Amino acid sequence: MNSLGISWAGSLTRLAGGLAAASLTLAAATGAASAQETDAVTIGYAISKSGPNAGGADMTVTPNYELWVHEVNERGGLTLPDGSQRPIEVIEYDDRSSAEEVVRAVERLATQDKVDLILPPWGTGFNLAVAPLMARHGYPHLAGAAVTDKADDFVERWDTSFWFMGGGEDYTHALAEVLIEARDAGTINNSVAMVSVADGFGIDLVKAARPTLEEAGFEIAYDKAFPPQTSDFATIINEAAGTGADTFIAFSYPPHTFALTKQAQVASYNPAVFYLGVGAGFPVYTNISGGQMEGVMSLGGIDPDNALNAEYRARHEAVIGRAPDYWGSVLIYASLQMLEQAIERVGLDKAEIAKELSTGTFDTVLGETKLENNQLRNIWWTGQWQDGTFVAVAPGDRDGAGEASLPKPAWQ
Amino acid sequence: MIENLVNGLVLGGTYALVAMGLTIQYGIARIMNLAFGDLIIAACFGTFVLYSGFALSPVLALFLIVPLGFAFNYFIYQIVMRPLVARAPNSEALEVDSILVTFGLLFVIQGILLVIFGGAYTSYSYLNTPVNVLGTIVAANRLVAFVLALIFGAGILFVLFRTRWGTTLRAVALAPESAPLYGIDVNASARLAFAIGGALAASGGVVVSMYQTFTATAGVVFTMKALIVVILGGKGSLTGALVAGLLLGVVETMVAAYIDPGLTLAATYTVFLLLLLVRPSGMFGKAG
Amino acid sequence: MKQTVFILLGLAVLALLAAAPYLLSDYGTALLLGMTGYITLATAWAMFSGPTRYVSLATVAFFGIGAYTVAVLSEVLPYPLVLLVAALIGLTVAIIVGLSTLRLAGVYFVIFTFGLAELVRQTVTWWEVNVTETLGRYIFLPFEGRHIYWQLLALLVVTLLISWWIGRSRYGLALKAIGDDETVAEHAGINVPGLKLALFAISATIITLVGAIQAPRWTYIEPSIVFNPTVSFLTLIMALLGGPSKLWGPMVGAIPLFLLFEWLSANFPDHFSILLGALFIMIVFFMPKGILAKLEDLRAGGAS
Repeated sequence: MNSLGISWAGSLTRLAGGLAAASLTLAAATGAASAQETDAVTIGYAISKSGPNAGGADMTVTPNYELWVHEVNERGGLTLPDGSQRPIEVIEYDDRSSAEEVVRAVERLATQDKVDLILPPWGTGFNLAVAPLMARHGYPHLAGAAVTDKADDFVERWDTSFWFMGGGEDYTHALAEVLIEARDAGTINNSVAMVSVADGFGIDLVKAARPTLEEAGFEIAYDKAFPPQTSDFATIINEAAGTGADTFIAFSYPPHTFALTKQAQVASYNPAVFYLGVGAGFPVYTNISGGQMEGVMSLGGIDPDNALNAEYRARHEAVIGRAPDYWGSVLIYASLQMLEQAIERVGLDKAEIAKELSTGTFDTVLGETKLENNQLRNIWWTGQWQDGTFVAVAPGDRDGAGEASLPKPAWQ
Repeated sequence: MIENLVNGLVLGGTYALVAMGLTIQYGIARIMNLAFGDLIIAACFGTFVLYSGFALSPVLALFLIVPLGFAFNYFIYQIVMRPLVARAPNSEALEVDSILVTFGLLFVIQGILLVIFGGAYTSYSYLNTPVNVLGTIVAANRLVAFVLALIFGAGILFVLFRTRWGTTLRAVALAPESAPLYGIDVNASARLAFAIGGALAASGGVVVSMYQTFTATAGVVFTMKALIVVILGGKGSLTGALVAGLLLGVVETMVAAYIDPGLTLAATYTVFLLLLLVRPSGMFGKAG
Repeated sequence: MKQTVFILLGLAVLALLAAAPYLLSDYGTALLLGMTGYITLATAWAMFSGPTRYVSLATVAFFGIGAYTVAVLSEVLPYPLVLLVAALIGLTVAIIVGLSTLRLAGVYFVIFTFGLAELVRQTVTWWEVNVTETLGRYIFLPFEGRHIYWQLLALLVVTLLISWWIGRSRYGLALKAIGDDETVAEHAGINVPGLKLALFAISATIITLVGAIQAPRWTYIEPSIVFNPTVSFLTLIMALLGGPSKLWGPMVGAIPLFLLFEWLSANFPDHFSILLGALFIMIVFFMPKGILAKLEDLRAGGAS
């Protein structure tokens, strides 16, 4: 509780400092271009700092960019093959959650600022919007916050693109495995209630979930999409409860995830499996669920015994002032570590970096990491809150996987 | 059926509470305030800071944030709006000017919130306990919003129709040009109305923050919902805002329950557009 | 004689603009592209809203319809046909909407048009989610920035010509009368509803085409991307800043604002909103009738 107050007071100072810095930048804006003659490596990115995408970008992407740059510069900079070190200089733009802006900002980074490397924006749609540009200018495109089933096609189309978050089918297959096991153990019945946000993410996942669940012999008793602006879930929870399904699945965004949790608590809706979308792995979920997150499932997860990951989380909290989420953050951070190591091996040649990313093996917070067909597959697909940690439970045959604990305990 | 009705009314309570402030600002002060939703969000963040930083309960926060909202809007009117009112040759010109200037205000407030709090989703849990209303389980925090909407609505209606002060305000709303002839200080009345509207926005923000996840950039959503309710109910009509807000809640819940949750917003806009075509002055507005 | 000089000068500027992608970097072309897009939007918007004084927020509804049509049809029909279909859909929607709403006035029209944009977006979303089950769509047309820029430039020229022609024709005079006093115009034998409808339809069709032409640039299309309400707001502000009742007004507003936005988001990514808002407020206070009117005032003041 107290830490929140402190970080908020810190933000006020940040506001004052920011405004002062802004006026300084204003004065120095014209002279800025000539100041780049240092030997810094320029890294640019356009990210949603305002508009509807800001919430997602601010949780998963921007803090990890900042953390990584901070750490690299603290170490003295990026190490090049000859052992020399060069600091990172960042150029960042606000894409204002507009597709046209993000495209133009990346064009600006590539052709005007001529940065050495470009980091991707947040979101599936925006990553696809910049993909042709990144490919045309030869920049390796480490699409971090983008969930897509078409990564194979994209890699073929843009061979310098890399996809780090898997696709809808990966997540729903993993979930189905967990459900099948629970059904065979007699924990849950055969019926599933499912809702999804009517947005790229929700639709991708629900489209993958339908055939997967039906193949697994489940009956989908409730299957509705809701508009992203929805804030009241009383009716949806009532209808879902009315079906008698033991499994509730929501492919939702954070505002819905939080509202669904609160509404389920109010309505004493206690399905054996309570699976939510983005947001259930956010640290703030602990507060939102009133400390009752035990048993809630979602995408992602961590291996609590993985020391590397624990250390990463501690650093994130120390530098950024808050913990990372339990799904995308660590993947983004790992992608940056891969980039750093690729540069150490082959230098700053963009094509060489892309080749190294594609074929090399790297040491990241995920452990030993190697891409398969330019895609990260070493991902935890399903997780569950257990004793205050969001533990990975699928794929169950991988080292470090926890055991799903079902049924979820009832809300108090 | 009863269940959906209760849920709908409770949801509509939020809409009504939020819309009443806007209808006062628009109806009496004649300012179309597009920054209204961002005031709500500012109050949300204020409550969040008081609750998480100082462990002050949101219900108590009302007593701090509502006067703040009143004062803030009082000054905004005095500094930003008054010169516009003074220079506007007619009400259409004032309408366009106020839309533009509050649009600017919207970005300023949002920008300040973004710098202080960042773009992250913010939410906390308070009064999220079940209450049984006519056999339907509703969340206590939403019920608070509903009750507050009724109390504020009734309170302001009483002031408007039963006090001398209210008569003055209504006179300004009806005939701003001729009110001065009766010795009414139009500027003071408009300023007061604008500030009351702001105080209502602040109260809406405090209540909404108890159950809804908010971000610094979410203000527009509230502004639009409130605008729809205001236009539906009729410009400047408190009763209209109350009834239209509740009605909208019921329509959304019914559509979600009986047709498809994916169509709730489409239904809202359909109802709204149809009513505008049939009765442009709203349910309780005066024609022409 | 003077007119010939103007025409020649105009053609020279146009030729220079058309050649610009060969002279500028990709980013320079991108800037021109974005700018041309907004100038066209603002000019088309002002074509209807300038003379009638109806403030429309439906811009993004038509813009999005255009973009979506391309997304749906780009792999089925040849590109020129896709544009034609998009224009026809925009026109049809505009006529239906126009017939039912143009009797609304003032803020009711403002809110109605905003509601319309949201309704279109919600309906498209629902349709895609439930009927076609594909929310995101891909456009893989072999266009680079400059190809899109040239198309927009051509559309802008056409738009300016239409706008100029309307202003000069007897309809232009009739429109001035509507803006000043609708009842008087009616009594003078002008078919006011018909004229308003025609303007709304032409303006909406142009806006639809802007959306259709720009869509291939984003590769990936979904409702939240193409029905972004910011487009409506920015168009409105640009036209108002320049002065919507003049032919060059929207352009005079769009160019500096567009460049300013670009500069702000590059130099103050964290304080963009605050500065943008402050700027807005200042515009209302110091240039309520737009830049062009302000310039004329200044000139008149200097002369007297």
